[in-house]
Amino acid sequence: MRPNPVVVALAHVGLVIVSLVTLYPVLWVVKMAFSPGQGFSVGLWPIPSSVTLEHFAAVLGTTASDGTWLFGRQLLNSLVVSGATSLLGLVLATTAAYALSRWDFPGKEPGLGAFLVTQMFPGVVMSVPLYLLLDLLGMLDQLAGLVLVYATTAVPFSVFTLKGYFDTIPRDLEEAAMLDGAGRVRTFVTIILPLARPALAVTGLFSFMTAWNEFVLAATLLGDPRSFTLPIVLQRYVDDYGAAWGSFAAGAIVVSIPVVALFFALQRHFIEGLTAGGVKG
Amino acid sequence: MAGIQLRSVEKRYGDTWVLRGIDVSIADGEYVVLVGPSGCGKSTLLRSIAGLNDITGGAIHIGARDVTRVSPRDRNVAMVFQSYALYPHMTVRENLAFPLKIRKDPPAAIQAAVAEVAGMLELGALLDRLPGQLSGGQRQRVAMGRAIVRRPDVFLFDEPLSNLDAALRHHMRVELKRLHRRLGATVVHVTHDQVEALTLADRILVLHQGVVQQVGPPRELFDAPANTFVATFLGSPAMNLLPGRVDDAGLSVGGVALGWVDGVGKAVRGDVTVGLRPTDVVAAAPSSAAGASPWVGAVDVTESLGAEALLHVEIGPHKLVVQVPEPSPWRAGAQVQVVPRRVHVFDPGSGRRL
Ligand SMILES: Nc1ncnc2c1ncn2[C@@H]1O[C@H](COP(=O)(O)OP(=O)(O)OP(=O)(O)O)[C@@H](O)[C@H]1O
Ligand SMILES: [Mg+2]
Repeated sequence: MRPNPVVVALAHVGLVIVSLVTLYPVLWVVKMAFSPGQGFSVGLWPIPSSVTLEHFAAVLGTTASDGTWLFGRQLLNSLVVSGATSLLGLVLATTAAYALSRWDFPGKEPGLGAFLVTQMFPGVVMSVPLYLLLDLLGMLDQLAGLVLVYATTAVPFSVFTLKGYFDTIPRDLEEAAMLDGAGRVRTFVTIILPLARPALAVTGLFSFMTAWNEFVLAATLLGDPRSFTLPIVLQRYVDDYGAAWGSFAAGAIVVSIPVVALFFALQRHFIEGLTAGGVKG
Repeated sequence: MAGIQLRSVEKRYGDTWVLRGIDVSIADGEYVVLVGPSGCGKSTLLRSIAGLNDITGGAIHIGARDVTRVSPRDRNVAMVFQSYALYPHMTVRENLAFPLKIRKDPPAAIQAAVAEVAGMLELGALLDRLPGQLSGGQRQRVAMGRAIVRRPDVFLFDEPLSNLDAALRHHMRVELKRLHRRLGATVVHVTHDQVEALTLADRILVLHQGVVQQVGPPRELFDAPANTFVATFLGSPAMNLLPGRVDDAGLSVGGVALGWVDGVGKAVRGDVTVGLRPTDVVAAAPSSAAGASPWVGAVDVTESLGAEALLHVEIGPHKLVVQVPEPSPWRAGAQVQVVPRRVHVFDPGSGRRL
């Protein structure tokens, strides 16, 4: 059947409008980042009238009182925290999800339920107990402490996603590997993990983004500017002492670049159908 | 190489018995085909031999070794799954090499072994493809190759040919036979396909509701089925079963005396279940003296199978399937004289052969 051209045209008009609505706030941030001055842009038109890179220079060039490059330090903090979070989160989540997918054991269902429940609390609620816990562990104001917190908060979602994916990998494949002489660990590493690549990419990206964007816990647990992660840095531009919207917008763009880059780097792994052909349908 | 001993093997899930008292010895180098209706426990038995599921009772020996508590990876058995279970992210070459790599064979030996198996199964041109880029028959050969490459003591096949079309299945059946002769390995092969069972097996094992009904060479199961289950399960078209009686004058069915038909033991007396293979019957015109059989009925339906036809004949209250050569003169409604050449008699209660 041939689609009615009028319907197609209307559909496209609708899609263009939705795209613009989605993109508008982003364009607006871009406009502020490139416009001179720290004022809050109120104009509706999202294209800057004059262009300057001063905000980017200011944000990127931020130095501490002793002259060290503070922004670089903070960027590194964010990268380390987010990278370590994804890594630790993935190690914990893949192993947990695999066990949950393949074995029945007492407490399995309640355990999964408990994971879900933890997801229902916003980070703010957790911040006080987490503060006390980290204080107890002597990990306050340490990136390792933050990694620990982030990894544990990222694990439930990752476990659910990965378990769902592992469930779709036929057991025949593991049994075949076992008969071929592979042990559990070997089977997990050489058969299961490669087949779960799409799910690993998704959960890895999710963990990374959770850590990269998280503000409340970072602000609660970190005190020294040299251990700040970028969300705190951003927030400082528009805190009670003044609102440097230009720097804020420029910072926001800088901060989003690594995530976008990571997304594109992982994109080709999001493809489905990796298990095609292994077992007959 | 090694034989397999199953000693009182049983398996149950909770209260559900899947296998009971399986006592079978499989000789070194023997090709045993496991048949039975769906859900009778064939896969379970195969997986028990592989060690993929624990058994709830009994013992399994492979060669001289009690492997009941040995993990699958240490049993030196290879299995071809019904689903083939090829590793989808590995090329054919990597699939074939996988068991050898795990065993830490030297790379040169692995390469040689893969090349040999690839040659044997004509996989040479496909070595760099992924399983997803292969046809069903090619996947089947890769699965077979991955099993062969290790030179295991025992091969376990779970319906390996069931996903193939008729022509390919025939081809692979012949290949399997050739392979078995060449490797001399012990094979346990599960199938639903009678022809596969009859052509491949040194011995057929018939399983029903988790109990072994009969084990023996195909000919023996066909000629002397141990009970009505085996009698009707093997052979196509299936054996006719009719209530009958044996007295001093011989066999009678439905009040019609047939005399001492071949297969009726002289010592048998009383009520029996009569088994009559459609191929053990001759159909003749009622007037002819071909067998001078008093057994006359009307043809209800005819089915042509090409070289033969099946006549569904109604004799009194009984229905009988008779196989006749094509072209067959019989049409629906025709009167036909049925001459039994050979029958099997079973105990009507237990179904056991008399
Ligand atoms: N995990 C399990 N829990 C309970 N019952 C099971 C389980 N696995 C198998 N069974 C039962 O065991 C019986 C035998 O199953 P099995 O797979 O061995 O049959 P099969 O002979 O291979 O059948 P098919 O020809 O259909 O493949 C079936 O009735 C099945 O329902
Ligand atoms: Mg089965």
